[in-house]
Amino acid sequence: MSGNSALKRSRVRSAWLFLAPMLVVLAMVAGWPLLRTIYFGFTDANLADLGAMKFIGWDNYLARYDGEWSGLLVDLLWWRSVSNTLWFTLFSVTIETILGFVVALVLNAEFPGRGFVRAAVLVPWAIPTIVSAKMWGWMLHDQFGVINDMLMRVGLIHAPIAWAANSETAMWTVVMVDVWKTTPFMALLILAGLQMLPGDIYEAARIDGINPVKVFFRVTLPLVRPALMVAIIFRALDAMRIFDLIYVLTSNSRDTASMSVYARQQLVDFQEVGIGSAASTLLFLVIGIVTVLAITLGKVRLTAEPA
Amino acid sequence: MKQLQKFGFWVLTAVIVVYALFPFYYAILSSLRSGTALFQISYWPSSFDLSNYIAVFKEQPFGRNIINSVLVAVAVVAISLFLGVTAAYALGRVAFRGRGALLMTVLAVSMFPQVAVLSGMFELIRFLGIYNSLPGLVLSNLILTLPFTVWVLTTFMRELPKELEEAAFVDGATPWIVVRRVFLPLMWPALVTTGLLAFIAAWNEFLFALTFTLSNDMRTVPVAIALITGASTHELPWGNIMAASVIVTIPLVFLVLIFQRKIVSGLTAGAVKG
Repeated sequence: MSGNSALKRSRVRSAWLFLAPMLVVLAMVAGWPLLRTIYFGFTDANLADLGAMKFIGWDNYLARYDGEWSGLLVDLLWWRSVSNTLWFTLFSVTIETILGFVVALVLNAEFPGRGFVRAAVLVPWAIPTIVSAKMWGWMLHDQFGVINDMLMRVGLIHAPIAWAANSETAMWTVVMVDVWKTTPFMALLILAGLQMLPGDIYEAARIDGINPVKVFFRVTLPLVRPALMVAIIFRALDAMRIFDLIYVLTSNSRDTASMSVYARQQLVDFQEVGIGSAASTLLFLVIGIVTVLAITLGKVRLTAEPA
Repeated sequence: MKQLQKFGFWVLTAVIVVYALFPFYYAILSSLRSGTALFQISYWPSSFDLSNYIAVFKEQPFGRNIINSVLVAVAVVAISLFLGVTAAYALGRVAFRGRGALLMTVLAVSMFPQVAVLSGMFELIRFLGIYNSLPGLVLSNLILTLPFTVWVLTTFMRELPKELEEAAFVDGATPWIVVRRVFLPLMWPALVTTGLLAFIAAWNEFLFALTFTLSNDMRTVPVAIALITGASTHELPWGNIMAASVIVTIPLVFLVLIFQRKIVSGLTAGAVKG
């Protein structure tokens, strides 16, 4: 018995030894930079000379000089980027969920050539975001773009549209490209959920002659909901930090700038590391709060579900 | 009725396939046209002109950019897998206090927005003297790949039967030998899956590569493509951009075609079981 516990102790010791390299690297690339970013948010650091920074408290967030408010919390462009991000997250994740469900239902059916269709669906996911932004940027070109040509041939529009430049269509353009790129991910996660469902329920529904639409809403949707919720949460958290696509497709336009785009613009283009770090910290907080909410609410729902 | 349903299903499937593949198809078409042909919209291959491909390599160090991307991605995969396997052994096979909290921490890191570590990472990279160099990119990319590598390998390792290592321990093997001789040979499927996902993540990474490099010949492919410019900002050389896009996408398309099962299982293991 004592030999057993000695063995166990030595195993626990070696476990920590095995963990140490990973933990050191993770602390170095994640923990430490995050703490520094939070700290920079309370300084007037400048990119050109990080060493010369002074601690200035909450001034990057909110300050009052000579009766004038300043700081992030009164910066309209910051709030614009917040609303852009939320708008983008809401619409892209909703559309991706619906389309992803359709694709998942198709892939869940048995038919010849299913492997090919699944591989074709994976292609947009594997293409680098930058490349997909450029491909779509070219297809959506205002003068020579193939999308305008298609829509004009069908008669949906009469004159070419400058999709990425026009402030009314820019955000929809970003959503559209993101939907193309990320629906595969959604579809695969939902498909994994669908494939765990017991087949005999469907057999029974088929024998009873129940309408497939009814089967979908009464059987499939409730059963697949836990997997669906996980997929939606993952996607929403990912959508809230969007940077690449917006940066390449519409550059720093205020119509589409997300919180990440705003923060990087402050940090690098304006060299304002203090303000940029404060904005990054706020983004981190927003995502952290949503994660905690999602996990707690998700758990409550999951346990409330009858087994 | 049955026929109609079948027909509808095939139409839907065709729409999905065309929707997924058309942008890539159109990029290939465009990359093979140059001069005024590029600006005449046509939906079928009409010319086979490789001058865009030649121009991409002539007008910027694109060959060097590809080598950079490969070096960074391979190094990131190797380091992530090594750290991931050792950590997964501890997290998946040994019961110790704080294990659950550690796993949650690792998962939490994968939720970090990249921009939240940007200024801290910038300072660290400058401090280490690896600004504008490939090691700087390898280091920063680890924050993207390490969490899910650890997570997926841990779930995989946990499911292997208990008897495996017990016999080896009775024979007096050290944990290191157990990991190398007993687990590593069994882990190949999981290693291929996570390795592929890490490779794709590092190959596609943009924000760090954009911020932590300065000169053309240190850039990775995504940054190089994003920064291709023409004579003026309003005249982007779309032919070159499409050629470069096709070049970097073809290896990924092949990876997807060959390893689609592994990629799908890795993606879903990372998310659903999480």
